[in-house]
Amino acid sequence: MSKSPTGKIVMMQGNDACAEGAIWAGCRFFAGYPITPSSEIAEYLVRKLPRIGGKFIQMEDEIAAMGAIIGASLAGVKALTATSGPGFSLKQENLGHAVMAEVPCVVVDVQRGGPSTGTPTLPAQMDMQQARWGSHGDHGVIALSAASAQEMFEQTIRAFNLAETYMTPVILLFDEIVGHMTERMVLPEEGSVEIVNRRQPEKSPDKYLPYEKTENGIPILANFGTGYRYNVTGLCHDDSGFPTNDSKKIEANILHLTEKIERHRKDIIRWRELYLDGAEVAVFAYGGVARSARRAVKECREAGIKAGLFEPTTIWPFPSEEILDIAGRVKAFVVPELNLGQMAREVELAAKCRAEIHKVNRVDGDPITPQQIVDKIREVV
Amino acid sequence: MFNYLEYVREKNLPHIWCSGCGDGIVLKALIRAIKKLGISKDEAVMVSGIGCASRTAGYIDINTLHTTHGRAIAFATGVKLAKPNLHVIVVTGDGDATAIGGNHYIHAARRNIDLTVLLYNNFIYGMTGGQVSPTTPRGKMASTAPFGNLEPSFNIAGLAQAAGASFVALGDVYHVQQLDKLIAAALQKKGFSVVEILTPCPTAYGRRNKQATPVDMMNWLKDNVILKDKLDKMTEDEKADKIASGVLWDVEKPEFTAEYDKLIARLKAEKQAKE
Repeated sequence: MSKSPTGKIVMMQGNDACAEGAIWAGCRFFAGYPITPSSEIAEYLVRKLPRIGGKFIQMEDEIAAMGAIIGASLAGVKALTATSGPGFSLKQENLGHAVMAEVPCVVVDVQRGGPSTGTPTLPAQMDMQQARWGSHGDHGVIALSAASAQEMFEQTIRAFNLAETYMTPVILLFDEIVGHMTERMVLPEEGSVEIVNRRQPEKSPDKYLPYEKTENGIPILANFGTGYRYNVTGLCHDDSGFPTNDSKKIEANILHLTEKIERHRKDIIRWRELYLDGAEVAVFAYGGVARSARRAVKECREAGIKAGLFEPTTIWPFPSEEILDIAGRVKAFVVPELNLGQMAREVELAAKCRAEIHKVNRVDGDPITPQQIVDKIREVV
Repeated sequence: MFNYLEYVREKNLPHIWCSGCGDGIVLKALIRAIKKLGISKDEAVMVSGIGCASRTAGYIDINTLHTTHGRAIAFATGVKLAKPNLHVIVVTGDGDATAIGGNHYIHAARRNIDLTVLLYNNFIYGMTGGQVSPTTPRGKMASTAPFGNLEPSFNIAGLAQAAGASFVALGDVYHVQQLDKLIAAALQKKGFSVVEILTPCPTAYGRRNKQATPVDMMNWLKDNVILKDKLDKMTEDEKADKIASGVLWDVEKPEFTAEYDKLIARLKAEKQAKE
């Protein structure tokens, strides 16, 4: 994504920008269920999709919406669903099916506070670990975040591109701060955005194996109805797509689901830095909180305190190597989050005791202010 | 001689179903119906859930999608709405479709989306070892109803009808010629179509309920599944414990994916009129 895109300047709410990004990415199918604070994404797409030949359906529940987008994707149509914490919990089993069956699709989680019904209209970042470990079984996960309406637009496009490239569901971990914020953004010029479309087999149907790995280790799933008749299952399977009880094939299946993401970390992991050179304290912040963190490190620098910001825009896979590298150069990390330290524990693991970890947590439904982060940085230095 | 292998993934045989199970009989009836109607294998999709019935997807040589427990209809809704030209067949069982998947079953019926649902009813959870299901008759034994089932059972065909399905039929694996016709009629129907198919599970149900052999279970189907027209003429005493078969409900009503395509056409026409 370009840093300063050129194109049409618009005012857009984050959730609308996400929906618009999906259309730019080629998404032509949305299935969802009403839930605050993500419903604007559905309400935007229900009007737009039929005008461009796409399909929208409000399903009977969150589980069904997740199932429907997997079905649509296998039929060859890029598909999206959007939800929030409680709905994201309900989707986990079918999300695991998409992982196991390697079906590209995008799941938006505009986070609110939990557990349970929690705080439907207030911001939180409480699903960070649910995105990683919410569905049962070992597997790799791709999850992205965004700190502005512009970035919700761009990350939604990137999520579809990554889903199609790596044949996997991709999770967009947004939060209510950004989802409900209306701000200036730039819609790029037509044709200026890179779009990845699904590969289709070149082999004839009699030689085709749906889960055979290609040169990048990723299989090619033919769209249903194109003459390649194969089986898709959530059971452990071999390259043919049929269930197996062969221990070697089971192991290969499960290892592949983690390795196919891990092997491509360099391509998937993205982040932004601010004043990290020579910093004594590195703030690790993402999503809506990163906006406060930017202001905080600027204020610190103005006051002569050597603070910098590491802002991951890829949450999973976690940028462990990058954190380890920074840990060797700073005294401490300050990790402000709208949860009780879900990503701070990842920073701590990655830093391998080379830097102190200090948390700034807020779970009262209010955003973290720049001052709270500044105070913590001052305390640490 | 009918060549079933044209439609079967031979390398996956033998199948996993127990001896005496009726699921293979349904598979063969479905294959005959597909062949008779000339439905293209490339354009046919089978979506199944979890359970014995749902393993049918592994054996038939069309596009097959084996999903999660209870959710086949939800996945199938996505396939059908995304590509309405595909012929989407859902294969599911009584526990899969009417317990864990009950919500999808009634809402797909309400929506009247063009899916053909073959709902195998064996009155039990077979694959997990014989637990009580929503269709286990009151008083019958199951591994989780060791003192006899206390709960009344669902009328699953009536449920689909009440929820808005456009075609509902009941058949069984003893009256196979009738089953062929019912499946063919359901496949041809534009709208949400259900064929409830009674099929024996000697392993998990019969042996607990005084129907120890597959023959006993087949004889039970022979004696108790009666054509609806014939049943209607019977006395109340004769009707006791009998089950009405045949086409139970068949109406014309707007189909969801066709209505959606009309919406797309309408919006396109409105846009062109403005330009």
